[in-house]
Parts: sequence; C-alpha cells; structure tokens
Amino acid sequence: MKTNPKVYYEEAYPPVPLGFVRFMRKFFLWQLFRFFVLNYKVMRIVAYGHS
Amino acid sequence: MARVVVLGAGISGHTAAAFLRKKLSKKHEVVVISPSAYYEWIPSNIWVGVGRMKQKQVRFKLDKVYKRWKIQFHQAKAISIHPEGNAEHKKAFVKSVYSTGDQQGQEFVVEYDYLINATGPKLNFEATEGLGPGKNSHSVCSSSHAVESWNALKQIFEAAERGEHKKILVGTGHGSATCQGAAFEYTLNIAAEAKRRKILDKLDITWITNEYELGDFGMGGAYIKQNGYVVPTKVFTESILAEFGIKWIKRAGVYKLEPGVAHFELLDGTKDSIEFDFSMLIPAFAGSGITAFGKDDEDITAKLFMSNGFMKVDADYTPKEFEEYSVEDWPETYQSPEYENIFAIGIAFAPPHPISKPMKSVNGTPISPAPPRTGMPSGVTGKTTALNIAAKIEYNRSEIAHKASMGRMGAACIVSAGYGLFNGMAATMTVNPIVPDWENYPKYGRKINYTVGEMGLAGHWMKLSLHYMFLHKAKGYPFWWLIPE
Ligand SMILES: Cc1cc2nc3c(=O)[nH]c(=O)nc-3n(C[C@H](O)[C@H](O)[C@H](O)COP(=O)(O)OP(=O)(O)OC[C@H]3O[C@@H](n4cnc5c(N)ncnc54)[C@H](O)[C@@H]3O)c2cc1C
Repeated sequence: MKTNPKVYYEEAYPPVPLGFVRFMRKFFLWQLFRFFVLNYKVMRIVAYGHS
Repeated sequence: MARVVVLGAGISGHTAAAFLRKKLSKKHEVVVISPSAYYEWIPSNIWVGVGRMKQKQVRFKLDKVYKRWKIQFHQAKAISIHPEGNAEHKKAFVKSVYSTGDQQGQEFVVEYDYLINATGPKLNFEATEGLGPGKNSHSVCSSSHAVESWNALKQIFEAAERGEHKKILVGTGHGSATCQGAAFEYTLNIAAEAKRRKILDKLDITWITNEYELGDFGMGGAYIKQNGYVVPTKVFTESILAEFGIKWIKRAGVYKLEPGVAHFELLDGTKDSIEFDFSMLIPAFAGSGITAFGKDDEDITAKLFMSNGFMKVDADYTPKEFEEYSVEDWPETYQSPEYENIFAIGIAFAPPHPISKPMKSVNGTPISPAPPRTGMPSGVTGKTTALNIAAKIEYNRSEIAHKASMGRMGAACIVSAGYGLFNGMAATMTVNPIVPDWENYPKYGRKINYTVGEMGLAGHWMKLSLHYMFLHKAKGYPFWWLIPE
C-alpha cells in the first residue's frame, strides 16, 4: 500500500543542510579559519563580561 | 588574620578559592568544605555518557591541589550557617558533617570572617515520581551518573547492532527543569555516536522538553546571525534535530516515570505518555538545603534562603509579571542583603525570576524552564567575589568594585554533536547579554552583532580545548590565572 508523504508534523518543517554545507562543516582549512573567528568572537564576549 | 570559608568545590567555588589564595597574603586562611574528594569538569560528562571519555579524564582529586595552594580542605557537607554565632561561638560559623574516612558522619564547626556559598544545585529527582538513577531514568549531571548512563546506553547500542529497534528519550524530567543545553547536547551525542556505529536507523530518538519552543534554553530563546539572516534559536535547534532524524515533544512537563514509560502533561492540559528503552532526563534543581540559625539558635533559614533553597543576594525579588522583567533585577555583587560577609555564587544564588516567560498548563502545572546558570557565569561570579573579598581583607575596601551581572555578561554555548579530531562536530552559539535587555536592545533583546550560531568541526575543537584549558586552570598548572573564566 502506498503511504502518504510525511508532512504535517513538527519535524517536517525545519531547514536541513545539503551536501555543500555538510562538506564545509568538516573541511579542515575552512574549519581552521572558523576556529580562529569563533575564538575571537567568544573572547570578545568574555572580555566585556565583568568589571 | 582573616578566614574565608568556601562551601562547594565546583566550578564557582573552586575558582573563588583559587583567586582568594592568589590574592590574599599567607597570614589569611582559605578553607574549602565540599563533600566530594574530586573536582569535576561537568560539561565533559556528556562525553563520558557516550563512552568517548573515561571518568578519570573529567575529574581529579582536590587534596593535592589544595595542599600545594595551602588551602585547608574538609571533605564534608555544610549543613547550617550561623552568621551571628551563638552562645558557644562568638564568631559566625558553619556547621558541617564529614562525608568520608574515620570521621564520616561526625559534625564539626568552622568559624569564618567571610563565607562563600558555592554549593551548586541539589539534583531534585524526588520532585518527579520515579525519576533518576536507581529508579527509571539516567542522568549525566555528575560523572558517576554519566558512567552509569554509558553502561546502560552501551547495552542499547549493542542491541541495535544486533538489529533490534530501540527507543531513546532525552530531555527535561520536570516541568520547571533547566539545563536544556546539556540534555540537548547529550541527545546529539547519542545520535552522532549511533551514526558512527551505523545504527542510527535502529534508534528512535525523542527529545522531550518543557520549553515553549525549541531553542529557548531557559533564556527565552535568542536571535543569532546566520548566513545573512537573523534566525531564532528555535529554527537553529530544530534544524539540528531534524538533520539527525530526532523527533521532539515540546511544552511538556514530565510528572511520573515507570519502568520504560514517561508520563507528561502538555501546556494545553492533555496528558500523554511515551515508552523508552533508555532515558536521560534532567531533574529540577533546588538549593543544597543548608539551614541557618541566629544568635539564640532560632531558625533564620528564610532570612538567608528562598523557599527553593537558593540563597538570596542583591537581586530584586519583588514578584513581577514577565512584561516587567528587567536586567536591573539581576544581581551583580552576589552579597547577601542580610549579612555583608556572606556571598552566594554560581548556581547557589537565587535568581530574581525566570528569564523565559513562566507558563502554566490549563490544569495549573508550571511548564516552562527555570533560568540557566552555565559555567561561564559560575566562574566569573567566583572570580569577582574572590577579588571583592580579597580587597576588603587586604585593603579594607568597603565598596564592592568588581561586578558581574547576567544582564551584562555574555555566554558562549558550545553544544557538542559528535566526538573526534576530524569527525567531531559542535554547534557554537553566543549570546550577549544572557538576560535579554529590551531597553538597550529593543529589537532582539541582545547585541545581535555579538551572536554566532554555526555547526562545524571548529566548534568541537573549541569544546575540546575548553576541556583541557579549564582542567589545566583548575589544577593550578603554570599561568592558570591567564585562562579566562
Ligand atoms: C551535563 C552537564 C553539562 C553541562 N555543560 C555545560 C557547558 O557545556 N557549558 C557551560 O557553561 N555549562 C555547562 N553546564 C553547567 C555547569 O556545569 C554549571 O553551570 C556549573 O557546574 C555550576 O557551577 P557551581 O559551582 O555553581 O556548581 P557545581 O559545579 O555543581 O558545584 C557545586 C559544588 O558544591 C558541592 N556541594 C553541594 N552541596 C554542598 C554542601 N551542602 N556543602 C558543601 N559543598 C556542597 C558539590 O559537591 C560541588 O562540589 C553543564 C551542566 C551539566 C549538568
């Protein structure tokens, strides 16, 4: 028997990443660059957190 | 000579003790009272709970470090505070009970000039019938719990490897629980580990939460900049779950667990249940249950603590509607309004109110997250309080110079979603400030340019480097104080 497509439930609505995004998430050089960017962004927050 | 007593050697208490020792001259005493022999880097329990780290990698014995630092350590549990002394003791003191060795069960008293309450949360499993280790669910809130979790989860994985289908339930185990971030992280790690073992299709994983929308994390959700859009954390969080094929139940207050079944109530008042073969549900948190007594040994617990056991500090506890919440309600000195030599830091202080909008089901059951108090504010409040006390002792400063409000402090939340130097993954999210400030940032409640939300290997490297950096710091290895909280 043919079942209807799986829609009209919560999990059907969020965006899901395609191949390129998934590739970049693990692409070493890009991630190395992101590592420094993210660290910079976190340190900016840490630095101004308290007086 | 002044004596500072720190109750609790977790993230906040250990940080406070370390900075007190660094700042105070040797004639002053720093005393730590904590029931466990170990310091635990709790965030890495997630990896213990999926078998990617051993318990010994996330904890170390405190006595060696305290011996080196010349901090007195009592492995004991504080039971009562006597801020005015009593007939026997002129000075303020704390009563505790030894939790180990020959003296186990024996009570003793330590007098103090300054007291820091850093006792963290009591894991209030009793608030939900049948919840918790030894009953019907697991926990990753301590490394021992995480070891037990892994032992149970391993059997589920082995069954799935034999081709059996198994049901996993992870999330919040009470309508008012917090710490969604940690439970969410555990869900993703289970899924990532299952994927690595090629058994993800054999597992039916469900995320159950008391949040109104996913991504609320007890801080009313947040907006993050992502790919040229401003995106609510709801979308970001749902997207990650959908990618792993994890289902979810939101607006749910779990009220009872039986073997293999969790019963919950939804905000719309309906009651339902879900079956599981393995579950890890975060309990509600309460204060550690320390009591307080006055000069004539009269009970003054209500003067120092809120009814949930968290200690009152310089917050504005006037009951307010959600619409009236302000960042100004949040404490910044963590000093008791009753006794100026008592402070409460980390999770031990009583927040003025939730950050997320409080909600009740049509039956009157509260179903919305309590405010999160993560590692960074715990470390920061530990450090600032230590510096303030040291300034009082060494320079007789009456004013409190170092302030740290969650309404001004940001937070970086790195949610691990898989372990491995080249295959690991984590979602990095930053918000600033933690408590939304709608007056100064009317559009998004926070500084949108300070936000990030991205998944990637870089996040895993950050999470892993935080693990090593913070353990280096906690062990007091060279230049530990250069590592920020
Ligand atoms: C699984 C998990 C993962 C997490 N992951 C993250 C994360 O990735 N990032 C993040 O920022 N935060 C994370 N958190 C939150 C973070 O662990 C807490 O914010 C932090 O541990 C709070 O520090 P604390 O010092 O207030 O309490 P704790 O670290 O809990 O320390 C409390 C201490 O007090 C002691 N104590 C208790 N009762 C008494 C008593 N009566 N007398 C004396 N001592 C007592 C305890 O033994 C303990 O040593 C996570 C939490 C969990 C459970």
